Amino acid sequence: MKIAVCIKRVPDSETRVKIAADSKSLDEAGVKFVLNPYDEFAVEEALRRKEKAGTGEVAVICLGPAAAQETIRTALAMGADRGVLLQADRIPADPFESAKIIAAELKGTAWDLILFGRMAIDDYNHQVGPLVAELLDLPCVTTVSHLDIEGTKGVAEREIEGGIEVVDFPLPAVLTADKGLNEPRYPALKGIMAAKKKPLEVKPVQPGAGALEVVALTPPPERKAGRIVGEGAAAVGELVRLLREEAKVL
Amino acid sequence: MTTLAVLEQRDGTLRKVSYEVVTAARRLGASVDAVVCSSAGPEGCASAIAERAKSGGYRAVVFAATATGKDLAPRVAAKLGVGVAADITDLSVDGGTIVATRPVYAGKALQKVRVLGEPAVISVRPNVFTPPPDAQASQVQPETLSIPSPGRVVVREIKPAPAGTLDVAEAQIIISGGRGLKEPANFKVLEELAQAFDGRAAVGASRAVVDAGWRAHADQVGQTGKTVSPSLYIAVGISGAIQHLAGMRTSKVIVAINKDKDAPIFKVADYGVVGDLFEIVPKLTEEIRKLHG
Repeated sequence: MKIAVCIKRVPDSETRVKIAADSKSLDEAGVKFVLNPYDEFAVEEALRRKEKAGTGEVAVICLGPAAAQETIRTALAMGADRGVLLQADRIPADPFESAKIIAAELKGTAWDLILFGRMAIDDYNHQVGPLVAELLDLPCVTTVSHLDIEGTKGVAEREIEGGIEVVDFPLPAVLTADKGLNEPRYPALKGIMAAKKKPLEVKPVQPGAGALEVVALTPPPERKAGRIVGEGAAAVGELVRLLREEAKVL
Repeated sequence: MTTLAVLEQRDGTLRKVSYEVVTAARRLGASVDAVVCSSAGPEGCASAIAERAKSGGYRAVVFAATATGKDLAPRVAAKLGVGVAADITDLSVDGGTIVATRPVYAGKALQKVRVLGEPAVISVRPNVFTPPPDAQASQVQPETLSIPSPGRVVVREIKPAPAGTLDVAEAQIIISGGRGLKEPANFKVLEELAQAFDGRAAVGASRAVVDAGWRAHADQVGQTGKTVSPSLYIAVGISGAIQHLAGMRTSKVIVAINKDKDAPIFKVADYGVVGDLFEIVPKLTEEIRKLHG
């Protein structure tokens, strides 16, 4: 099994967002960056598939700044074999520009699987995976929460509103991983040490401007301060009255 | 200029979010064409929609940011050579340019973007673009698009969720539970409250209880789950971690029920009740049943 996992460096989900001086981007001072949580499921799945096959390679590919080498090392510490950093100072606002760069790197290698997380928890685009699949003309299944592969045939389950869709697809394919697909391993000390010696290639890239231009990044509107209606079951009557008469949601 | 609205159906019935897609599309101009995919796989649908988008000379193609739309929109966008302005919550035309607002960092910030693609490809967050109450049916000239090939990805079956359960991403009312519920079986009190809302409410969950295996990931509200905008969100036994607040802060009205009066959830809640949820929630269920009695 030859598997590529495309990962992203993102601010940790507990980050308090501060807007930078350009009023268009995140102020990164003091922000802790991590491997995108959904990408952890993709890395884990790739490792399990390779382990099951008994042979193969797991390569991690990341578009990001120089500091994303650390993110790649996290995936290498989990057990991936090698990393490629497509180094750019800024991730383009138009995901199609990111997809073009990643697709160009993937093209020309006979991958059995190309895995992504279903979305990055920073820009919430949930689309680089399927965009890359289109650019490489590969079948694609998104938000996979269960996966069976026999030879070159795959069956995936994906959550849709009000149910689970069961999908047949042929390999090679692009899949995006959802929570529930597996339980990602924590890098062991041995893995962390080994990761330092694994190959990590850095390739500078120049993303295009694309068709989405950020005009502003602003804090969300503050919610008006609410009030404590009361304590215990005795407050329920007043709560229901307020929901009916004041908030008008009942 | 006309906009192409991509609608969703299941078992022959148009889904509620499709009316919202048309409502959003009309922000760009009165003339809207609508396309709905029958039972073909995602690749066939994407090819047919992209072909139509090209031949029809549309200014924009608008999808719903649902599981289906999030899967379909990028496939179509790639064929049109652009990215998707995804999961937007506001849409306007400014000096001839389409401008969209999208929550990023799970709603901790709002990103305003100019959508310069021609056509622009957009997906809209469910529950945001409410259709006008006086909407009237217009003259429709039906047309059938052919799907060139069904594609390599084939939907074998859809396993429906148990009858009566509603998806948190689409529900008008969400009752979410956290660690304060103490054990998985106690979610029954929230399910009973949800039922009292006559099928309009879904039961959500915090990351803590999903990670503990008490509830399915499909029910998780927050930055690594679903970002929701219901008209009423009731947080029960949830302290209010930043990643959870990010996922539900755009709810129209928030109610918090928690025994700790200093819990951060009370800072975003419109109405709070402090105390034992096992006394408060059943009482609330009783009151709601009376209203619907």
